[in-house]
Amino acid sequence: MNYYTDNKVLGHYLRHPLMQRIVQMQEHNYTQADKYNYAPIDFDEAVEGYEQVLELIGRLCAEVIAPNATEVEADGPTLKDGRVIYAPATEQNLDLFRKAGLMGISLPREYGGLNFPRTVFILIEDVVTRADAAFGNLWGLQDCAETIHSFGSEEQCQRFLPRVCAGETMSMDLTEPDAGSDLQSVRLKASYSEADGCWYLDGVKRFITNGDSDIHLVLARSEEGSVDGRGLSLFVVEKSCGGVHTRRIEDKMGIHGSPTCEIVFNHARAELIGSRRMGLIKYVMALMNGARLGIATQSVGLAQAAYSEALAYARSRKQFGKAIINFPAVYDLVGGMKARLDAARSLLYETSRNVDMSGQFTALARERTLTPEERAEAKIFAKKADALTPIIKGIGSEIANLNAYDCVQVHGGSGYMRDYVCERIYRDARITSIYEGTTQLQVVAAIRYATSGFYGQLLDEYLAAEVPERLAPLHGRIAKMAADYKAAVEKAQASACQESLDFLSRRLYEMAAYTIMAALLMADAAADEELFASSLNRFVAMAEALVAGHAAYIEAYTPELLQYYEK
Amino acid sequence: MKLNIIVLAKQVPDTRNVGEQAMNADGTINRAALPAIFNPEDLNALEQALQLKEANPESKITVLTMGPYRAADILREALYRGADEGILLTDRAFAGADTLATSYALAAAIKKVGHYDIVLCGRQAIDGDTAQVGPQVARELSVPQVTYVRRIVSLNEERIIVERSIENGVERVEAPLPLLLTVDGAADACRPANAYRLLRFHRAATPTERASEGYRYEAQISADEALRLKEWSLADVDGDAARCGLSGSPTKVRKVENVVFRAKESKRYTAADEDIKSLIGELLSNHTIG
Repeated sequence: MNYYTDNKVLGHYLRHPLMQRIVQMQEHNYTQADKYNYAPIDFDEAVEGYEQVLELIGRLCAEVIAPNATEVEADGPTLKDGRVIYAPATEQNLDLFRKAGLMGISLPREYGGLNFPRTVFILIEDVVTRADAAFGNLWGLQDCAETIHSFGSEEQCQRFLPRVCAGETMSMDLTEPDAGSDLQSVRLKASYSEADGCWYLDGVKRFITNGDSDIHLVLARSEEGSVDGRGLSLFVVEKSCGGVHTRRIEDKMGIHGSPTCEIVFNHARAELIGSRRMGLIKYVMALMNGARLGIATQSVGLAQAAYSEALAYARSRKQFGKAIINFPAVYDLVGGMKARLDAARSLLYETSRNVDMSGQFTALARERTLTPEERAEAKIFAKKADALTPIIKGIGSEIANLNAYDCVQVHGGSGYMRDYVCERIYRDARITSIYEGTTQLQVVAAIRYATSGFYGQLLDEYLAAEVPERLAPLHGRIAKMAADYKAAVEKAQASACQESLDFLSRRLYEMAAYTIMAALLMADAAADEELFASSLNRFVAMAEALVAGHAAYIEAYTPELLQYYEK
Repeated sequence: MKLNIIVLAKQVPDTRNVGEQAMNADGTINRAALPAIFNPEDLNALEQALQLKEANPESKITVLTMGPYRAADILREALYRGADEGILLTDRAFAGADTLATSYALAAAIKKVGHYDIVLCGRQAIDGDTAQVGPQVARELSVPQVTYVRRIVSLNEERIIVERSIENGVERVEAPLPLLLTVDGAADACRPANAYRLLRFHRAATPTERASEGYRYEAQISADEALRLKEWSLADVDGDAARCGLSGSPTKVRKVENVVFRAKESKRYTAADEDIKSLIGELLSNHTIG
């Protein structure tokens, strides 16, 4: 078994035309091969290397991580003397991934990383999450190191990043009891000691994933008397320096293998990352965008796990003398899961390519001044990345939940029993539409791109690409969806009432998301019809119905409706 | 301590995933229909070598395999997991070897490597299941052997203490170096390939591979000796052709048949005299012996 090679769809995204540029920039034009014996000499070798590593991970995931998942969950992490002790199977997983050299996937080689581009990191996370979302969570926190890399000093990079690559774990400590979605209210106190020449942190953080990590990134109030986000700075705290301990591990619905902690800072020695006051408004915003893409990936991995389980069960379970997959009621469910999965994945990688390119330009800008053309291009990639991230985070997580629900349904009574993996997927998926910003907050982040017409422009761009003759009818139907979406946006804006627009925004958001996913899936099918045509046909039919339904709702909407809602 | 460790490995058809085409009509294995893999217990042996190297970082692990050109794949696999050097023993003269001829050829190659402290190999290969090669190599080298090793307990410059599996338990054995150990599946599973090593050593090649069309890493292989896999022929290891391949193989397969094990119950006999007497009596009475 291999979770990479058994899924041809993944390799497709490795060979997307834009990957040539992404890898070339990531590899500094392939100039590192002389200095590092594991750096590729050209694009072909780079991709061959990604595939080999993905194959390795696919095998480890199918043979160790997935089979361990039940034990990881059953044992769970435990708390002893303020320290978190992972389940033995979690330790085994971490040890395996450390030995396999998978703890610094995207960090530069100079700090001991593999220097893989973001999109390849996402592919790996996609595979790992399918095996075990809870372990994927822990392992994925290596991405916090990106924040140190982006905003820390060179000296801090040299000190911390090699340790992350060697397998030390990280956490990002943002949330507090009274600061969840509203991080501006963070109160954890940072005070500078002139005598010791360092900062000290005091206070409590809550709901911190892997809160007993080796290296913490902590958002704290460094400016006494300030009340908003501009008084917050970002710090790094090392467990080994003491002063931070775990008070409680939350008892959650899912992802049991990933400890969610309440942690106490008691005069914990800390060092500042970057500049004071920039903690929330710059660094955490960047960190959150990366984290949202991470949750989107986790969602796609879970949607895949749900689909794979459902398909295997529907093929093996016999009722009325035949496998249940042969009944329309069941193949509609399973086929719908696959269509949504492929659509979400297509959007995930479109988003990740834009995030990747945007990041490549940011990195390049640190080395030299960008040309005006480069600056213009960088701006477009950044805007697309910003516009697409809330869509894939929100919709991807909703799709993970839809697939998890349908997966249990396909299993029937067995699915309600603890004996099958699907009930774990069902519980694990539930958090994806909540943490790192609920779907409702993703709608808030996205809606400005709807009202500004940006999603409409994106759709025009996607639909302008040539498609093979055979896909023309589907192209026409997607174009019709795009037109209906634009009309709905206009209608919603025409009401000129902010509350109405807010009220309708979820529906506009879903219309944009489903139409964009249909257009992207069509582009994938244009490149590889065999791989994507079935999903495309099914997805367009589903998306069309959703878009038409929302269009009808918005068409019939009047502000009077609002008075019938309780407040 | 600086140890020289030689790991014997075999590329075998993956008999754990046998499909319909796995067997030819004549009863021989259709190797084309089965993926070729690193013999599982040889991976256990490699892990023991890697643990020794972890404890003694100066040490060197050489992996030796005999087989066709494509067997170089498992040498690369061993490099991905942490081995230092790979040797492919390949020659038409080795073809058709039974366990005796194989052991002779491997021993000749080990002599050619020169100084070694420990030779490690899997207890047996999943294709032949004979468990003969390890012991025969030890005999050919005239060194002691310990079979069924599941753990190396300790070692110093002269002696090693190991645990070996025996029926219903574990036996602790001390032996002098140099020696040969055969490792069984109860030993620690081999660590995974390492991504950094994978990206570096996928360029490793034998001289034949290096000369083949499509090999793209000439600049890297000339600069990095670790990438050069050795390829030795019969002449390279000063072997006697008469003791190799078919001519060196006394084993003759007359017929292959399926054996269906019918007995449903088993009986236990202790080492006590009366038990042994009763067993012999039973075997005599049903004409199994005598």
